[in-house]
Amino acid sequence: MITRRRLLMLLPAAAFAWEYVLAGTPELAPGYNRNEHWWGMLLDISKCIGCGNCVRACATENNVPEGYFRTWVERYHVADWHQETPEVDSPNGGKNGFPPGTDVGGKNFFVPKMCNHCVDSPCTQVCPVGATLHTPDGVVLVDEKYCLGCRYCIQACPYGCRFLNPTKRTAEKCSLCYHRITKGLTTACCESCPTGARQLADLKNPSDPIHEFLRTHSVQVLKPHLATGAKAFYYDLDGSVR
Amino acid sequence: MNRIKDAEHLFRLAAAFAVGLALFLLLRAYFVPKSFGQYGHYRGDALAELSSKPMSYAGHQSCEDCHSDVLQVKKAGKHAGVNCEACHGALAKHAEDPSSVVPQLPDTAVLCARCHEENIAKPKAFPQVVSAQHSGGAVCKTCHQPHSPLLQPGGKQS
Repeated sequence: MITRRRLLMLLPAAAFAWEYVLAGTPELAPGYNRNEHWWGMLLDISKCIGCGNCVRACATENNVPEGYFRTWVERYHVADWHQETPEVDSPNGGKNGFPPGTDVGGKNFFVPKMCNHCVDSPCTQVCPVGATLHTPDGVVLVDEKYCLGCRYCIQACPYGCRFLNPTKRTAEKCSLCYHRITKGLTTACCESCPTGARQLADLKNPSDPIHEFLRTHSVQVLKPHLATGAKAFYYDLDGSVR
Repeated sequence: MNRIKDAEHLFRLAAAFAVGLALFLLLRAYFVPKSFGQYGHYRGDALAELSSKPMSYAGHQSCEDCHSDVLQVKKAGKHAGVNCEACHGALAKHAEDPSSVVPQLPDTAVLCARCHEENIAKPKAFPQVVSAQHSGGAVCKTCHQPHSPLLQPGGKQS
């Protein structure tokens, strides 16, 4: 029997519980612990054939608007006498591949580019509203609901990896396919890369082949002098790439 | 007594501040989401929202569950490391509902050239052709079986 006194005592507790129901418990992918992963990417220049599969796959998977890129591929031409000033082309981000090109000496190679998911990311530091975030598993993401579209982060990213979505008017970038990697899948670009030039790397997983690779190969990150803590590791990267 | 009377305007000011502060705290509690600050200076619920976005690419494990025959052919050939959706495109919808969403067969004349058309910047060890000179207009699958593309000694594949 519920007396008036007992009801009065129960009501605040019920109100408190209802608050929690309204707030909703965040839905985690089953079996995924954010503290057990630390994501990065390995990009093997010696394997990249500039097919543009990654650019197309990314656009499909993430509804990237035409003319904007979360990942893109650049083609470098470095003449022997101009090591520091390469010629770079990237027609439509490499989405439709590259024209064959003519051999005029020097070296030529492709460089896939994407968000470096920096540990000390400049883009996260400048966001005035906490819309750009650094997840516990090492991924830099944008909270669309919180983003004001002020573009600070777009200017802050030294790698040019961000853009303003022309219809949503919010900042957009590579999410490292967070909706896939939290479900045990690889990213769309890695899934569709035919040569294995891109490989998702979990630096906290001791059985991930990345550890063996990093031990036995010389890798670099882009713009290391900026100390951003970039986690896109490039193998066989030429010094002319900026 | 006189001193307190002189300070009356200060009490009014303090009261105005107190009301302002209370209003600020109330509005803050109302507008700042519960999960803000859960992991850092951002909305914690954003993580769950971002990880629940829909997928277009099913992932090769899903493909291999049903198409193990293709996997066996592919494993033995040069395309062993190429995932299904690299050529066949995003097929999460097909994986979810195989009977009603049937993928189109890719056109090998276009598909193969994406990777194997000669380009100055491709790694030299990667097999490349100038398709205009290579096949005389015949589509690739006339001679090469895409899942295991190496020609058998003596010419055409079975």
